[in-house]
Formats: sequence, structure tokens, C-alpha cells
Amino acid sequence: MDTALLLQLTLNGLIVGALYGVVAMSFVLIYKASQVVNFAQGEFLLVGAWVCWWFLTEWQLPFYAGFLFTLVFMMLFGLVLQVVVLRPLIGEPVISVIMATIGLGIFFQALMKWIFGVFAKPFPPIFAMEQVRVLGLEVQTVYLASLGVSLLIMAGFGWFFKASKHGLAMRATAFDQQVAQSLGVSVPKVFAMSWAISAVVSAVAGVVVGVVNGVSSALSFYGIKVFPAVILGGLDSILGAVLGGVIVGLLENWAHYIDSQWLNWGNMFQIAPFYALVLILLIKPYGLFGTKNIERV
Amino acid sequence: MTALTPCGDWRASYAADTTIFPTRNSRIALLVGLALLCCAPLVFGRYELSLLINIGFLGIAALGLNILVGFTGQISIGHAAFFGLGAFVSAYLHERYHVPVLLCIPIAGLVTAVIGLVFGAPAARLKGLYLAIATLAAQFILEDFFARAQWFTGGVAGRMTESPVLFGLAFDRDESYFYLTLAYVVVMFLGAANLMRSRDGRALVAVRDHYLSAEMMGINLAYYRTLSFGIASLYAGIGGALYAHYLLFVSVEAFNILFSIQFLGMVIIGGLGSVMGSLMGAAFMVMLPEVTQWGADLLAGSAIDRALKLGASISFLREMVVGAAIILFLIFEPDGLARRWRLIKAYWKLYPYSH
Repeated sequence: MDTALLLQLTLNGLIVGALYGVVAMSFVLIYKASQVVNFAQGEFLLVGAWVCWWFLTEWQLPFYAGFLFTLVFMMLFGLVLQVVVLRPLIGEPVISVIMATIGLGIFFQALMKWIFGVFAKPFPPIFAMEQVRVLGLEVQTVYLASLGVSLLIMAGFGWFFKASKHGLAMRATAFDQQVAQSLGVSVPKVFAMSWAISAVVSAVAGVVVGVVNGVSSALSFYGIKVFPAVILGGLDSILGAVLGGVIVGLLENWAHYIDSQWLNWGNMFQIAPFYALVLILLIKPYGLFGTKNIERV
Repeated sequence: MTALTPCGDWRASYAADTTIFPTRNSRIALLVGLALLCCAPLVFGRYELSLLINIGFLGIAALGLNILVGFTGQISIGHAAFFGLGAFVSAYLHERYHVPVLLCIPIAGLVTAVIGLVFGAPAARLKGLYLAIATLAAQFILEDFFARAQWFTGGVAGRMTESPVLFGLAFDRDESYFYLTLAYVVVMFLGAANLMRSRDGRALVAVRDHYLSAEMMGINLAYYRTLSFGIASLYAGIGGALYAHYLLFVSVEAFNILFSIQFLGMVIIGGLGSVMGSLMGAAFMVMLPEVTQWGADLLAGSAIDRALKLGASISFLREMVVGAAIILFLIFEPDGLARRWRLIKAYWKLYPYSH
């Protein structure tokens, strides 16, 4: 037993899990509002991180300005995607919508490789201090900042859905589109807004990961890791998404620990969440907090 | 049997409704088409033949996926993993047990079908989006298994294999392998067309159209969903085995998620729920990168090429074109090439009185 390693991995799991939670939240946001399963969520992270990297290195902008421009760009990006690609597919069968988002995913992943190359590129340093000591463990400042950012986004979401007008409109649309429409909510606007917000929030997560690990196409794998998280939490529960994300983050790090200590199979870090995913789907497909679908003929 | 379909619906008997060839002309057209294809090795060079062979084995696997997705309505994002399984099983059987390659191919199909049934049994409870996610997980798990199982796949080095031999005649050149692939394509496509005329085929379609109503009419949902998974795996396995003995080398990395998505793309571009559409979709997906390459070659040396670095990034360009093709087809032609083909046929049949 290597307690220090276990502690370190648990901490890593919490931090990465919080990021998964953020991405899962923005995934659930789109699903809840417009019933679209977005297989291109990871590409949102990728595009956001690359755009921010481009502003910071090619344009030499200070971090706050580049970050702000990135968010504005991602908002427009999400809006355009929804209006151009997803809007014509409203009312089409599930498979068409899934395939459209998969197509988007391939397209943007290849486009990013074309523009920025296949190699990981580091962000310019943002924090003066590289590492800090917390509870006797060496923690990178960026990790702490990322945890802070994740918590901030989660709190922001909480406020948005509880108190703001647009958030309430979104919840109403998710509950029943016709009722929402009859009360004066513009459903197309809500759909577009959900995509814009989701793109922005994912981009924040993408930038955070990019600052920690450098930007590369590996970022889009976050979009796939989202599935274990959202299925575990329940597809239409924001709270479930956060919790699912943290659990998946912990799970993969603990799987890595068990593997490195005893099993030595290798690659458990990547695969363990998918085994968990299959198990959950077989036992409790609606997850911890998801609403159970009742179908009538 | 008439030469042309008469105006209006004249299918008065049950037999007329389930016939494969509605008119005499359609049967003649198929036979003439097959005869022309048999002459292909005399006309085409190696490059065109290798494209045709690719269309053949990918078309078989795409047809399997179409039976699952288009006819039964069950989504699978893990088809390439089963395709790879077929390739590895065939190569493994030949090397380990010295089974003749010609026998290996159908055996690989059956083994893959059995494994598909094992995977399909739990998947029978799931549908729609949950199934899509479960098969996505299966794709990653199988991919991981391929990389891990050194005894079976040869690990990172991959596995070499040999060409089929029949009575001392080796199918080791494109000309001869083309006939082998063609034979399998004919058998598998006739099999699928006949399946759709049978009781089981109609049950699959009923499950797709409304699974609750189907269940009320006495169709065993779990049985037919599992069966459909098994059939899809059988087709994938045979396609994969043909692929293995054509390339003579099976690499672990080949069967990734992108390949699975390409299969789905073939099915969607060809037309969901259309047997011939699967072949058209496979042809489209095989030709697409080639056309991209031609386009890039045309522009080679020009200002556009220099500005965009087309030559160096052609592989990314191909991926982008695949993604774009899927999206454009979904938006502008959701019923795929099969519908376009029907429209073209109808146009010529009624010419010049098409309205």
C-alpha cells in the first residue's frame, strides 16, 4: 500500500472529476433543453482551447482578454451550429440527430488537426507560482485554479436555473415544450441559447485542461468520458451530472491505483469508466437522479 | 410477370407482395449487371479492382449494420470492433489450427455472430440512445481487448495472414480475389433480401416501427433484438475476414471508433432500411477519400494548395469530408442514395411524361 500515491490520485480524481462534472453539466444542458445527445461535446473543449491558445500565442493578448474573446467566439460557434445543423433536424429520429453530432465531431477534430497540427502545444505560463503545498501534498496551482473554476461554474449554473429569467424559461421548455410555448417562451431561442451556453462552458473546461496538460486532440476524449458520468447521474439531471463526473474521475484514478499496485494490466485508467458504464446501463439505465421514462401506446 | 411495373398498386397476392424481383426487367438487369461485373478484371487495372474489392467487403459489413440499424432500429456505434473480430478470428484460426483460409472466412463469420449474440443479449434491454452509448462502450472495451490479447491479435505488431487457396489455385491477386469477394457479396445480399421477405424479417421491421405494438402482436422483443445483433455481427465478421485475407495483415489500431462511424455513415448515406443502399453507401464512402485525393492533386502546386497545405494534410481533409458528407446527407437527403436512385429510375420510366 502506497498511501501517499493513493492520496495524490484521490486528489487528482477529485480535480479531474470536477472538470468532467462541468463538461457533463453542459452536455446535460443541451439534452434537457433540446433532447439532442451531443457526441461533439469533446470537440467544444478542443475548439475552445485551440482558439484561446491562438489568441494568447499568435496575437500575444493578455490572458483575461484572450479568454474573454474565446468565450464570445464559442458563444457564436454554439449558436451557429444549432441554427445551421441541428435546427433542420428537429423531429427527425434519434439516430439522425446522433449521427449529425458525430459528424460534427469528426469534422471539427480533423479541422483542428489541420489548422493547428497534431502535436500538443503548451499554453504560455499564467500563474507565477508553479506549485503549492496543501495538506502535505504538492499541488500544481493550475489544478487548484481549475477546481475553483469548476466550482464557480457549478454555482453559476445553480443560480442561473433557480433565479434567472432565461434559466426558468429553459426549465419550462425542458418540462414541456408546448406549455412553455403557450406561456410566451420562444422555444427555438431556448434551443439556441442552450447550445451557446454549453459551448461556452465546455470551452472554459477546455482552456483549463489546456493550461494543465497542453492543447492537443486528446481533449476531445473528455467528450466521450462524459457518457459514463451522465449515465451514472441520470441523463437529465444537472446535479447528477456533477456527481457522476466526480465519481468517474475518482473511479478512473482508483482503477489506475489498483492496476499499478496489483494487477499491472495497464490502460485501466482509460477503460475502467466504460466497464462501469456497461454495468450501470444493465442495472439502472436511468441513473441515480434521472427521470424514468414511462411509455404509453 | 410483366416487363414494367404497371401504374397503381397491382400486388393482389401475398406472393406478389414479397417477391424479390417485381418485374422481368429487374431480374434481367441484375443478371446483366453481374455479368458485366464478372468482366471487370478484364477491363480494370489493379487500382480500380482494389477499390471494387474494398466496396465489396465494406458493403457486406455495412449491410449487416443496416439490418441492425435500418431494419430493426437498434443503433450500434461498435460495428468496426466486430469487423475487426472477424478479421482476427479468421487470421488466428488459420495460423493456430491451420484451417484452410476458404473455410476460415465463414467460420469467422459464425464465431463473430456468436460473440455478437453474447453482446446483444444484454443490449436487447436497451434501445435508442442508451444502446448507442452501450455500444460505444463496447467499442472501447473490444479495442482495449485487441491491444491486450497478444496471443490472439499479435498485440502491437499485428498479425500476418495468407491468401485463400482452392484446389491449388491461390486467390492472391486482385483479379482472382475480386471474384471471391463478388461471390460473397452476391450470397450475402441475396441472403439479406430473402431475410426481409421472411417472417423473421417482417418481425424485425415491426420492432423498428413500433416496438410496443410489435410486442402486443406476439413478437418476442428480446429474441428479435438479439437475433438482429447476431446477424449484424455475422455480416461484420465475414466482411472482416475478407478484409484480413485481402490485406494479408491485420493491425490492432485499424478498428477504431472512426471506422465504426464510417460504417454508420455508409448506412445513412446509402439509405436506412435499404439492402442495395448499403452497397451504394459503401461505394460512396470508398470513393469519397479518392475523390478528395483527386481534388487535392488537381490543386497541387496552385496558390490554394500552398496557402492551405493541402498535400501535407490530406488525411485530415479526408476525415473532414466524411464528417461533412454525413451531415449534409442528414440535412438534405435523409433517405440516402437509395431514394435518389428510385427517383432517377422513376424519372426515366415516365420520360417524357414525368408530371
